[in-house]
Amino acid sequence: MDYADSDATAPRDPGPGPGWQTDLSRAPAATKIVIAGGFGVGKTTFVGSVSEITPLRTEAVMTTAGEEVDDHTAVPAKATTTVAMDFGRITLDTDLVLYLFGTPGQQRFWFMWDDVVRGAIGAVVLVDTRRLADCFPALDYFESCRLPYVVAVNHFEGTARHSPEAVREALSLEPDVPVITMDARHRITVVETLLTLVGRALETTPGAVSRAVHRAAPSAAPEPSRGGRCDGSS
Amino acid sequence: MSTAAPALRAPAGPVPERPTARVRPYSLTGGRGRCGHVLLMETFVAALADADEGRGDPGAVAAAPGGALASWLLPEVRAVLGLCRRLRSVAEVSALLRMPLGVVRVLLGDLADQGRIRVYGTGHLTGRPDRALLERVLSGLRRL
Repeated sequence: MDYADSDATAPRDPGPGPGWQTDLSRAPAATKIVIAGGFGVGKTTFVGSVSEITPLRTEAVMTTAGEEVDDHTAVPAKATTTVAMDFGRITLDTDLVLYLFGTPGQQRFWFMWDDVVRGAIGAVVLVDTRRLADCFPALDYFESCRLPYVVAVNHFEGTARHSPEAVREALSLEPDVPVITMDARHRITVVETLLTLVGRALETTPGAVSRAVHRAAPSAAPEPSRGGRCDGSS
Repeated sequence: MSTAAPALRAPAGPVPERPTARVRPYSLTGGRGRCGHVLLMETFVAALADADEGRGDPGAVAAAPGGALASWLLPEVRAVLGLCRRLRSVAEVSALLRMPLGVVRVLLGDLADQGRIRVYGTGHLTGRPDRALLERVLSGLRRL
């Protein structure tokens, strides 16, 4: 029951880490970016490419929230499902720390998205062009939240390279949503993707010199039934 | 939250001997799932100096009001306090102790109510980051 010591496979403490960790008189500003996308699209790779710690995994226990979608009748004893989320950390300055949270893309994990999206700078929606539809729930969700996001096409070896414009069209993206082709394994392209997102967030934050046109409600665009929603109240 | 304290105490009855038995996460929190503190996943917390009873020796008597604190704190709570001798985010506490986020939030909320940990502000509460913060993030990323 001792969570800290008894389990041989317990996650490793990242170690001494940056100096701010031991100065308890003050804490750095903490902020976060959400990395979203379908299963196996490279979210953890993305996080690991730029994180100063080996990505850690946090878990949320889903109980009754999943009843409508999970058929428990065959296994009556099973009342909970564990949802995992990998995250990394970047110390950007002595007083500024950025967290990257890779979130599961499946629709039934909305409750967890609300949690991770609260206070976030924005989201990177990772896309595999072989499975475009996997990112629909994420796009819908961020549109309904009005969370700034960029679409990052993770270019897998051996797959055809699609132009950003083709991806934009296939996903029915607004013209002002940045689309980037990148490689989640390569740190430099990951950093560029994050820079693009923060730039996009600045554009859409009140006070901008050339403030972006406020987006219409997601329903205004004729899109495939992507069915996401943002429950800001939770 | 005046009802906070009992959740942190070990049950009065006989303690099961099986070391592998895991307490159902929400029995640790008395079924509560929310707390009054702003504990975002990236919120930093740290143990307060005079609440340093998280050390390994279970027989240690803490010099805090209430007597032998370490002996009645749940192991999970001791683990949280031990980990938080360094600045940690809520998500890091959850990951490093392998405790579900919701449980960690409740435990941290209780510990904050009792003055055992400090919850640091993220600087922007629950709203979106402001322009000043975004500019700092941008220049920080450019330096990578």
